[in-house]
Amino acid sequence: MTDRYVVAIDQGTTSTRCIVFDRRGQLVSLAQQEHKQYFPRPGWVEHDAMEIWRNVERLAPRVLSRAGIRLDQVAAVGIANQRETTVIWDRLTGAPVGRAIIWQDTRTSPLVHTLASSPLASDISEISGLPLATYFSGPRLRWMLDHTPGLRERAERGEVLCGTMETWLIWNLTGRAQHVTDVTNASRTMLLDVRSLDWSPRALDFFGIPRAMLPAVRPSIGGFGTASEGFPGVRIGAALGDQQAALFGQTCFTPGEAKCTYGTGSFLLLNTGTDLVRSDNGLLSTVAYQIAGGPAVYALEGSIAITGSLVQWFRDQLELISSAPEIETLARTVADNGGCYIVPAFSGLYAPYWRSEARGVIVGLTSYITKGHLARAVLEATAWQTREVVDAMNANSGLTLTTLKVDGGMTADNLLMQMIADVLDVPLVRPLAVETVSLGAAYAAGLAVGYWPDLDGLRRNWHIAGQWMPAMDPGVRNVEYTNWRRAVERTFDWIQP
Amino acid sequence: MPGTVQSIERAAAILRTLAGGPGRLGLTEIARTLDLAKGTTHGILRTLQLVGFVEQDRVSGQYQLGGALLHLGTSYLDINELRSRSINWADPLAARSGESVRIGTVLEGRALVVHHVFRPDDTFQTLDVGTLLPLHATALGKVLLAYRAGGPVPELETFTRLTLTDPRALTTALEAVRDAGWASEVEEFLLGQAAVAAPIRGYGGLVVGAIGISGPVDRVCDSRYRPRAHLVGFVRDAARAISRDLGATR
Repeated sequence: MTDRYVVAIDQGTTSTRCIVFDRRGQLVSLAQQEHKQYFPRPGWVEHDAMEIWRNVERLAPRVLSRAGIRLDQVAAVGIANQRETTVIWDRLTGAPVGRAIIWQDTRTSPLVHTLASSPLASDISEISGLPLATYFSGPRLRWMLDHTPGLRERAERGEVLCGTMETWLIWNLTGRAQHVTDVTNASRTMLLDVRSLDWSPRALDFFGIPRAMLPAVRPSIGGFGTASEGFPGVRIGAALGDQQAALFGQTCFTPGEAKCTYGTGSFLLLNTGTDLVRSDNGLLSTVAYQIAGGPAVYALEGSIAITGSLVQWFRDQLELISSAPEIETLARTVADNGGCYIVPAFSGLYAPYWRSEARGVIVGLTSYITKGHLARAVLEATAWQTREVVDAMNANSGLTLTTLKVDGGMTADNLLMQMIADVLDVPLVRPLAVETVSLGAAYAAGLAVGYWPDLDGLRRNWHIAGQWMPAMDPGVRNVEYTNWRRAVERTFDWIQP
Repeated sequence: MPGTVQSIERAAAILRTLAGGPGRLGLTEIARTLDLAKGTTHGILRTLQLVGFVEQDRVSGQYQLGGALLHLGTSYLDINELRSRSINWADPLAARSGESVRIGTVLEGRALVVHHVFRPDDTFQTLDVGTLLPLHATALGKVLLAYRAGGPVPELETFTRLTLTDPRALTTALEAVRDAGWASEVEEFLLGQAAVAAPIRGYGGLVVGAIGISGPVDRVCDSRYRPRAHLVGFVRDAARAISRDLGATR
């Protein structure tokens, strides 16, 4: 019998990857392609959706040939994608209408400010489980409809379709047969009723979005049709937002289990089971996953907008390092931050503050500060932002986090992992699979087609690959945390309404 | 001049031109100075850029000497970069072999552990990134020694009665490592422990580190105290996968 495999497509913020996994959940081959980031104005961030689809088409045969396997050995394809990134395209030609507006984009700030003054705003937050913010897709769709002449009429006539990236990819993979989204991605639009798991007529009305342009909402794990492009003949078993995929890849299937993924941004998700838990301190109520025929499983989420992208900024815009991992080398040239703090509120602040008008600051500059201190402040920013989210999570759930499961590219940075363990004062555990986003998509797709029998089977694949123990003096921790919070306060109210 | 390589001579001339110039130079200027075709010059510049000897300004498109030239004598590849580029392949090696994985590079006559993946049995283990291991008594170290040109001969300290402390025996062992393409250590550093390692190569085949597994002798070795063939295969596959990602051609 020939071995069979599962392929994950991880459509991320900076690149798209295809990864082949084996039955033990281990990586067999990987192919990756970066795509262009467009920054047409301050606060605007865009992608070319067509470039991203072409990348998937190119990566598909490459990843199979690197694994030395044939198409008929692929049991299923699963998709994990950057969330909240929104694209509109022409139903007939398949051409995107303008560029995709990505999750970090803050152009809807004035719109969100106006919408927030409506008496209905709090109802919409209640329905969707999300605070009204530029981060989510709903305001973004409205902005596109408002700013493209004739688009609203075309949307009402059903001539254009919209979706987040998994919708765009599935539509293309299935030869334009399926216009669908999954519940996790849909739960990030502010348009979904997070309890009934269908589009909320009140939310659509509030944002002014014609229902005709929206995809059908499906469970995350089930069926999204069979691919005719890219991986022709292979079933698309699952689609999940990238952070939900990582929660699944970390096998956090039981209420109380949590993970934090360190990528462009960082996202801490806590499984809350089939109960939707409300947050009164800046966390999001979101869908974790839904297996077809079963109830939805929910999560509380603490979202941090800028972590890895701060390192990228340090590399590409300041040109102080030539590759991202060198941040650790540079940070180790000094013993501490020298009194310098960087708060990367590039797109405002996400959890637990949700302040769209905040902008980044570097404070504590003196002539003593070197680029080594700045590098340390860059890494510490990720550590302290994690601490704030964990504090909110502990307060909200009534549980106290005793260890944190981590994953994502930044877990290769040992200094950062030690810093996070130090500021949280709990051990950090990395599983034997850094690519948990892709792994989660693969697990979900494999589960959908019976490649893996059940959740317990997946759990047995999880092993500890590394652990960092806290070793910081409590006095130092308190002083530094106070300084960090003072630095955060200095970002507030920078953008005038 | 028999045996000279024209493209290397031209590359050297390009580097001298850039070093002697006022700052950044354009492709046309460099080609004209050396009386070379633009296509040829561009090909050489691209190669020099790939190995870090030349950098191209993003805005003007002009060329200048690269940072890697300044660090020629020190480290070729940043250790944190090496870890970051290896991490995806070290995990599957631990999963397939069932043993702990370490990646090492040379630092001051010893093998520095730059990455460590726990043995996947969920027992309590401690990360030993930053630990220095003896080159002559470990599989990782022997790989690093075998592919190192010159350099001081390390002090051959005794750890067990099987440690190679005779310089001639070590030389023979290192020749065997180069012939086989991998190294092993059986109770030469710690009693009851064995290890297998293989070289990680960068551009042009230069060895930039070593990756290996280690564990109890009865698991790593067969009844004749030889490393099990399938484990050697896993280690070499992982080393090749990392090397390919780092740009090595073989």
